Amino acid sequence: MPERTYALAALFGNPLPEMLHQTPHARVLGMTVVEMGPGLAIIKLPYRPEIVGDPVRGVVFGGAITALIDQASGLAVACALEELLAIATIDLRVDYLRAAEPGLDLFARSQCYRVTPRVAFVRAVAYERDPDDPFASCLGTFMLGANRSGTPFSRPAGTGGGGEK
Amino acid sequence: MKDLIDAIPYARFLGVGIEESDAGLVCVMPFSEHIVGNARLPAIHGGVLGALLELTALLRLIHETGNPRVPKPINFSVDYLRSGRPVTTRARARIFKLGSRIANVHVLAWQDDPEKPVAAGNGKFLLRADLDPSGE
Repeated sequence: MPERTYALAALFGNPLPEMLHQTPHARVLGMTVVEMGPGLAIIKLPYRPEIVGDPVRGVVFGGAITALIDQASGLAVACALEELLAIATIDLRVDYLRAAEPGLDLFARSQCYRVTPRVAFVRAVAYERDPDDPFASCLGTFMLGANRSGTPFSRPAGTGGGGEK
Repeated sequence: MKDLIDAIPYARFLGVGIEESDAGLVCVMPFSEHIVGNARLPAIHGGVLGALLELTALLRLIHETGNPRVPKPINFSVDYLRSGRPVTTRARARIFKLGSRIANVHVLAWQDDPEKPVAAGNGKFLLRADLDPSGE
């Protein structure tokens, strides 16, 4: 069997910091790509006042965690493809295991563990220090070739984020 | 309710406001550049739509229970139904079950036509009425 090839293989282990610049919401929140590999993406969301949900305790709003996980999961799907296609989120389910620790940067690690011609399947965790001690876990599905926006990486940036990518 | 939404920094960042009418509580998110996920379509970021749904569910619960303590989300799932176009998005929640400990809330977000939702959400929340006043 021929070895699987990946459209984004050149970026594996060597992600471009500016990869999310085509995604305004990610750029404004300061999200950066930390790691990419076969079907794998890790994205960092720096702790900042705008993402807080509970100002008394400084705990991050659940919805901001959804945005981070969605971003990482879409990129993980792109990292699993042999040729790039438009990627759109079908659904996401996030379990909030505990509150994220206030003041710490947040990470989402997404693994695309199955790709079919039209649908890709992802699981993800979000954590501050250790992916084995996550504060949130997530399952998601993504549709491939979903819209006319072309591939998400016709330029090096532009992974897009959820809903449509 | 407006004070409450103003107290949530991420809600302020997204620019979410509230409309109260006979039809109930509606959260309104005007379009702005910084909520875009795909600049070429352009389309609203899926995570932002998810956040709007979750926020709407939370506010609906606080409105219903009259308890200012914010319920804790256990989990939240989002179905993406249509692309979020660069226009105003609205969301309304319906409480499926309000138990003594857990609430199950369903939320729909739409743009021009409420019959054509862009996203649907379902959240389970831990109510805090049974927690002691010290919080945790």
